[in-house]
Amino acid sequence: MPKYTRRLLRGTGVVCVLALGATACGGSGDDNAPQKKVSSADLQAALKKGGTVTVWAWEPTLKQVVADFEQKYPKVDIKLVNAGTNKDQYKALQNAISAEKGVPDVAQIEYYALSQYALTKSVTDLAPYGADRLAGSYSTGPWNAVKSGDGIYGLPMDSGPMALFYNKKVFDKYKIPVPTTWDEYVDAARKLHKADPKTYITSDDGDAGLATSLLWQAGSHPYKVDGTKVGIDFTDAGAKKYTGTWQQLIDENLLAPVTAWSDDWYKGLGDGTIATLPAGAWLPANLASGVKGAAGDWRVAPLPQWSKGADASAENGGSSLALPELSTNKELAYAFVAYANSGAGVQTRIKNGAFPATTKDLESKAFQNTGFPYFGGQKANKVFAESAKNVPADWQYLPYQVYANSIFNDTVGKAYISGTKLSQGLDAWRDASVKYGSEQGFTVEK
Amino acid sequence: MTTMQPPAAARPRPTGPPVRPIRGTRRSWTGWGFIGPFVLVFALVFLAPLAYSGYLSLFRTQLIGGTTFVGLDNYQQALQDGRFWEGVARVGLFLAVQVPIMLGLALLVALALDSGRLYGKDFFRIAVFLPYAVPAVVATLMWGFMYGTRFGLVGDINDAFGAKLPDPLSPDLLLASIGNIVTWEFIGYNMLIFYSALRVIPHSLYEAAEIDGAGQWRVISAIKLPAIRGALVIATIFSIIGSFQLFNEPSILQKLAPNVITTDYTPNYYTYSLSFSGQQHNYSATVAIVMGLLTMIVAYVVQLRGMRKGA
Repeated sequence: MPKYTRRLLRGTGVVCVLALGATACGGSGDDNAPQKKVSSADLQAALKKGGTVTVWAWEPTLKQVVADFEQKYPKVDIKLVNAGTNKDQYKALQNAISAEKGVPDVAQIEYYALSQYALTKSVTDLAPYGADRLAGSYSTGPWNAVKSGDGIYGLPMDSGPMALFYNKKVFDKYKIPVPTTWDEYVDAARKLHKADPKTYITSDDGDAGLATSLLWQAGSHPYKVDGTKVGIDFTDAGAKKYTGTWQQLIDENLLAPVTAWSDDWYKGLGDGTIATLPAGAWLPANLASGVKGAAGDWRVAPLPQWSKGADASAENGGSSLALPELSTNKELAYAFVAYANSGAGVQTRIKNGAFPATTKDLESKAFQNTGFPYFGGQKANKVFAESAKNVPADWQYLPYQVYANSIFNDTVGKAYISGTKLSQGLDAWRDASVKYGSEQGFTVEK
Repeated sequence: MTTMQPPAAARPRPTGPPVRPIRGTRRSWTGWGFIGPFVLVFALVFLAPLAYSGYLSLFRTQLIGGTTFVGLDNYQQALQDGRFWEGVARVGLFLAVQVPIMLGLALLVALALDSGRLYGKDFFRIAVFLPYAVPAVVATLMWGFMYGTRFGLVGDINDAFGAKLPDPLSPDLLLASIGNIVTWEFIGYNMLIFYSALRVIPHSLYEAAEIDGAGQWRVISAIKLPAIRGALVIATIFSIIGSFQLFNEPSILQKLAPNVITTDYTPNYYTYSLSFSGQQHNYSATVAIVMGLLTMIVAYVVQLRGMRKGA
């Protein structure tokens, strides 16, 4: 308790420190109105009083955090529910919100999905709870993702600065250097596939998350969002870089037509037929648990660049914990979220393999010097931390990105299985997204 | 799929209270007492969801702007929706090809079983019926694994024999692959319908045919097929409804062939995507109602035609 209090107090500043300060801060213990400031004393009071908080999340490391939290605050009962992974959970959450029934107090929401909930005011602005004072403590990518206007709609839980995961054994076998630019990447793909027709540089059969991340890295700004005004365009210079390169990989059949997370995919990662994966820093835990056989084969390198000598990166995945507006126990819920995502919970989660979004932890020596046995002892966090610093901050997702991603394969997917060009596929994706946006009442420029 | 309509044409017509001469009111209340439980359940599980879908279909809910009454706008949109009609055309094609094959095979098996010339008849019957006992989701997962060209059965055959089998999950073959799964699943079920209809044909007819010197084929065409016409029509109608409601197979295989199976692959899958990915519950209800009406019309036409010839 004292440690946690100290942390909160430091974050809170000075005024609200004293127990008597509650009134001075204008908060009142049992008032749930979100506009009013909630002081740390209020949060402490809520923790002392106890209660039940329902958390919907699929992030595995939260389990330990919940156990620790409950031990620390015996009166608090956290119900951790796995309501499905990403899309499935959003469906359940959206249904619960529409029905105004069964809404959890805390929900895990990925960065790309958060703005939809923020826009419809389905999630609580956490700034009055003290989240506004955490601005400096998270890396820019995740922080921009949870911020919308003056509101802060979630606390970053983890982040996914991208890196290139590659199977060193395969690259050594064919004596191919690890690519540092996307042009070299295409070259390596050709050489690998020529040396062994069963080997592919990577697997991709149309993944909205990967495509948007690569666009992000290439400096493209396909989505321009200003409140309810939305612009969509996949023809800027950055987008052209992406389509030009990726089209070559598709045309020359250099991408394994394997869906991520399928059995085929895990097998391919294990037997070396899928040689690299450009992915977020959350991948190591998945590799270690899903591709045990290839332990020691894999390494991490910086993401290949669109122009030589650059150091641009992007976020791929990552999620926040948010408080649905219909949450019935917001103060306690926020206290838990703060504990898990900025308090002692962060260290617990790092220990269990999560990749943090807090700069303090990202830059800590202990974190950066952690050797990954799976990567042959490589200090992979150094690569990830460097990547986290180089994420362009001005990226925006659509306020209905969840839906847009769900129709990615309807449109862009055609480029993977027919003569449709990637750029045409992206245009079709834009058209479908524009149509949906207009139907949903957005002002969409074409 | 809460908004899907139950197969209206196939269900026996609800028997309402018969029109009775006006007499004491006490008697009519007794009648209601008898059908009351049925009417209650019928209203609750059939009429109410239907009415609710109809009600939903008259509104439009937007992320920005909330819910507004739009009258029949959604219907107008559905009738002009290329994505919807593409799905309808796809299940129409499926219906035209898969249903005749499946029913033909089922009929063949039923006739073979009924001929009495088969050894191990009981085993054969249960073996053919068994796939129906496998849940559609499990069956699709199993077939999906076999279809895999890299690590599935098709891939293994290719590796073992150096063969180059076409990819069952490619855009050209996927509908046929789904047809194969559905056929495998439902032959046994339809066979059982036909077989039980064949069993109730009076034996005296066969004896009469034998006296007249009719061969087996003649018996089939002159006695058996006409006698089970009703069962054939019923099985056809079930299959039409089943085809129009195609959902499980595409939704499971979607994970294996995400670019081929679009979110509007079949009308049912389209309503599902609209509702659960797009939050367009109102439009989804509209599409479901239009599709339900379409199914009813087709099933009804088939029923009329099938029965008229039989008379």
